[in-house]
Amino acid sequence: MKINLNVDVRHLTRIEGHGNIKIHVKNGEIKEARWDVVETPRFFEVMLKNKHYTTAGLLAARICGICSISHCLCSVRATEDAFKVTIPETAVKLRLLAKHGETLQSHILHVLFLAAPDFFNEPSVIPLIEKKPEVIAIATRLKGLANRLCDTIAGRTTHPVAFQVGGVTMMPQKDHLLGLQDELKRSLDDLQIVADLFSTFTLPDFTRETEFVSLKGKKEYPFIGGSLISSDGVEHKEQDYRPMTNEYVDKNNTSKWSKLSRESYAVGALARFNNNSELLHPKAAEVAAYLGLKPVCHNPFMNNVAQLVECFHVVHEIICLIDELVDSGPGETMAKVTPKAGEGVGAVEAPRGILFHHYKYDKTGRIEMANCVVPTTQNNANIHHDIKSLVKKFAMTKEMTDKKLELLCSMLVRSYDPCVSCSVH
Amino acid sequence: MKYLGIEPQKPKIAVFDFTSCEGCELQLLNKEETLADFLNAVEIMSFREASSSSSDDYDIALIEGAVSRNDEVKRLEKIRKNAKVLVALGSCACFGGVNRLKNEFDLKSANKEVYGNNPKETINVRAIKDIVPVDIEIPGCPVSKAEVESLICHVVWDSPFQLPVYPVCVECKQRFTTCLFEKGQLCLGPITRAGCNAPCPAGGQGCWGCRGPAVEPNYASFFTIVKEKGFSDIELKEKLNFFGAFQEVTIS
Ligand code: SF4
Ligand code: SF4
Ligand SMILES: [Fe+2]
Repeated sequence: MKINLNVDVRHLTRIEGHGNIKIHVKNGEIKEARWDVVETPRFFEVMLKNKHYTTAGLLAARICGICSISHCLCSVRATEDAFKVTIPETAVKLRLLAKHGETLQSHILHVLFLAAPDFFNEPSVIPLIEKKPEVIAIATRLKGLANRLCDTIAGRTTHPVAFQVGGVTMMPQKDHLLGLQDELKRSLDDLQIVADLFSTFTLPDFTRETEFVSLKGKKEYPFIGGSLISSDGVEHKEQDYRPMTNEYVDKNNTSKWSKLSRESYAVGALARFNNNSELLHPKAAEVAAYLGLKPVCHNPFMNNVAQLVECFHVVHEIICLIDELVDSGPGETMAKVTPKAGEGVGAVEAPRGILFHHYKYDKTGRIEMANCVVPTTQNNANIHHDIKSLVKKFAMTKEMTDKKLELLCSMLVRSYDPCVSCSVH
Repeated sequence: MKYLGIEPQKPKIAVFDFTSCEGCELQLLNKEETLADFLNAVEIMSFREASSSSSDDYDIALIEGAVSRNDEVKRLEKIRKNAKVLVALGSCACFGGVNRLKNEFDLKSANKEVYGNNPKETINVRAIKDIVPVDIEIPGCPVSKAEVESLICHVVWDSPFQLPVYPVCVECKQRFTTCLFEKGQLCLGPITRAGCNAPCPAGGQGCWGCRGPAVEPNYASFFTIVKEKGFSDIELKEKLNFFGAFQEVTIS
């Protein structure tokens, strides 16, 4: 069979940041199948040097405009680890609330604004405003609600202002919380409509055996801190993230690459689900079953479904958290902080996967060394290997065209919800 | 959307991202109450983060991010040729933003520290106006979508587009936020352009000046107060440099 295929995507659309797909099949032989990140490096790990601990979280947030809450929370957690600060219980809850708001906002943005147009054969969400107004109404409603929750807790959704080393600076008013809770309860109907919509989509039937890395929940589905686990059975403490992530530099990529037991591994909603599905809220578990998501799922396209399942989970958890906060009344939200020399690590499940910040401080509370390992940085090598395997599985048929293959590979990359600018920080 | 029975020309808009966190672009998809109206009022010709269709036929180019590699210089020059109106969107585009902090380090050793023996191409960070002429600047980290909307109204209906001339302090007072100086913190509110509704002081942090200088701020008296309150030049410089927005002033 003389199969010849060429795909050359420069700056893939509907993802955050700049990456290229290149595929070259000649006479049925794969000459090239690549995912390369070409984003401009920003050198955040260098810029963080010499910064005072009160500034680190603000700067770290600017690594990513979509998951700035995760970066900020991860940063202050690393510093709190270095200074041996324990934050008050109310602050723990408020941080988790904001974290959930971000997860909802980010997943909805991805699932409905960036990924869904592929399933409706549209180039973007814009034509859907006319063609699928009910879906767009739901999408904007959900995203708007999630943003308002983040604004209320974090002071601002993009680049939060209320998280400091030691806790949270603002206690939201009770009636604001209850108002949001009310809306969130009603938003479950909206989410169900999205789940019904997703049940009508056909996802490509593609699997590649993959190692999944995430936080390991104890009693709760994990989001902030805790130990690390991989689906191949590797476990480490939060502080020992380096033997878990093993970053290295690839000559074609401005993003680093990572590996653990295999040539690459994956992080994100699917990884969290695969490693912690038994800890999901029962209602979210029902949705997973309804949409055919079972652990351990090796189909990367199912990451979209895992994101949707997590939306249900976080909404249910936000509703409970607000009850707890309202019942316990206003408590202390800031602990006393005394800077000291030492190192600390923070791990947080950002919407797109596990994120690490690691700082070394001098005794005046200024950073001497910073290292950040970002979700998409860990996914990039896995995306690259997935593309190779996808081409092997689907490209070698007569029906395959350049256009079809381009769409399929683009959808694959999109399913990871990559944040490429973030991966090159 | 008709105005006085006349269908206005939809401005053809393109959005481009350079070295940035893409947070400003994200704001374009926020403000959900008016999102559909916004997307209907304009014709989006190119917006990589949101759409797969793209064209070089646009009137207004919204530029997010700073310039930090040579290929970005070329890309920007090409966009400038195509665009009738070029808008710098956000602090990265207007001033270089936090990216500019990189310029305080030696690039060779920075590269070595992050990439070891595989250095990646990079140059000193510059703002958009350092490369090509900019018609309108909307500062902020991130930008305020309301200001972007008012820019669109300006282009469609020629309604006035004007950023506030007064400083952040005014908005802080409107929110009844306790002055950060009273809490012993340094705040750039007195010299920074308002328009953000002062979220940072409300969140317990002094303003970092992401929106750049207000109109003719009184630097001399501000610096005197800062000194009187006991803040060092280093602390002040750190604040002024954070978003790269106060290049116009040096502290003696
Ligand atoms: S100005 Fe701020 S929000 Fe906008 S792109 Fe730059 S860092 Fe991100
Ligand atoms: S208070 Fe200052 S730093 Fe905060 S958003 Fe306003 S101008 Fe920017
Ligand atoms: Fe890193």
